[in-house]
Amino acid sequence: MCLAIPGKITDIQESGGIRMAKVDFGGVIRQACLEYLPEAAVGNYVMVHVGFAISKVDEEEAARTYHYLQELDQLRELQAAETGGGDEIP
Amino acid sequence: MKYLDEYRDQRMAARILGEIRRTVTKPWVIMEVCGGQTHSIVKYGLDYLVPEPIELVHGPGCPVCVTPLEMIDRAHAIARRPDVIFCSFGDMLRVPGSRGDLFQCRAEGADIRIVYSPLECLKIARANPGKKVVFFAIGFETTAPANAMAVWQAQTQCIRNFSALVSHVRVPPSITSILQSPANRVQAFLGPGHVCAVMGYREYEPIAARYRVPIAITGFEPVDLLEGTLAAVRQLEQGRYEVENPYARAVTRDGNIEAQKMISRVFQICDRSWRGIGIIPKSGYRLSYEFRDYDAERIFEVESIRTQEPPVCISGQVLKGLKKPNDCPAFGTQCTPQTPLGATMVSAEGACAAYYNYGRHLTPANSMARA
Repeated sequence: MCLAIPGKITDIQESGGIRMAKVDFGGVIRQACLEYLPEAAVGNYVMVHVGFAISKVDEEEAARTYHYLQELDQLRELQAAETGGGDEIP
Repeated sequence: MKYLDEYRDQRMAARILGEIRRTVTKPWVIMEVCGGQTHSIVKYGLDYLVPEPIELVHGPGCPVCVTPLEMIDRAHAIARRPDVIFCSFGDMLRVPGSRGDLFQCRAEGADIRIVYSPLECLKIARANPGKKVVFFAIGFETTAPANAMAVWQAQTQCIRNFSALVSHVRVPPSITSILQSPANRVQAFLGPGHVCAVMGYREYEPIAARYRVPIAITGFEPVDLLEGTLAAVRQLEQGRYEVENPYARAVTRDGNIEAQKMISRVFQICDRSWRGIGIIPKSGYRLSYEFRDYDAERIFEVESIRTQEPPVCISGQVLKGLKKPNDCPAFGTQCTPQTPLGATMVSAEGACAAYYNYGRHLTPANSMARA
């Protein structure tokens, strides 16, 4: 129920006094209300829940976390090389 | 899809699992708060993949599940009126009340419509001026801003034939009530990522400090869930109890201020009854006095409807993390998604329904997958 899906804003327009966006979810385009993200712009990724953009995807944070998670692996390989073993992959 | 596929990556999941395995030394009980998280955990079997000493228990965060039976009965009473068009998110339609569900009401002639967004109700209201359009406004803080916007717009645009049957719930009082229970087993939480996208996580900081529980704000994809679990396990092993935010790509400490403003403009905090659990003080939102003309409970005078739950069901204990679905003798026999006896079986995000849908009623669960 609390699911929010990341999508890319492709267009912004006013509709009946409400700021609305067209959001592309991997090829599927849906309308989303932008009233809660006044700073969101075309090209931004946003999390959409029941037709409302509730937060902007912070691309820097996403890249930072991803980088950190990849480093876990390098650390593991390093340890494996030192100890001559590694963890099994489930 | 960007920001989705990479968080379903098997190799990435394996890396984090390896790190969890290296970190954990003691048994820990960790609760994921959100029903969507429960669904992902069971779907991907993450509770089987995490190392043995870690037990994942499933929390109360499925709003469809915890909507009290009497509220469902009130919805049915309103929906059956010939002058009403009743609008709801799809998940609420098959939740049984005392007599059938909303699908059955619809089969018997009620005008019931599934909406994707609450704003659609306003269009329906404008297109049907002779009808009363009622929206079943349920959900946690994630959904509250959307539902509040529908009410706010109805007032701004003077749409008089729209009202909302509000049964909103809030996460922090529910996890506090779990921690206060003398039987509590939960030692850390995977915090509700999208609730916090709206509310931020400041209100979780005093909970973490007071009850000495780590809270890791967590997303909904397998990699997110394992990352949250790793953050919680690290804190538990190091004796720390802080709010940590591994889901920083979607959540900030302050959350969405505009959305919070709309929530407090339209709603006020109230005590709320949770299906399977009972009344939790200050755990809900209702329409504030200024919006009383949009309150369906008041308009249709259904507040007096009271209902009793079937006594056999253990969903209250499942929602508090005290029991697992397969601890219940009725699970998968008397109680199935087609014939649910209680809260956690009524929605796909409920722990019992997730266990059932992924076949866990068929085998003695833990021993098989862990072997």
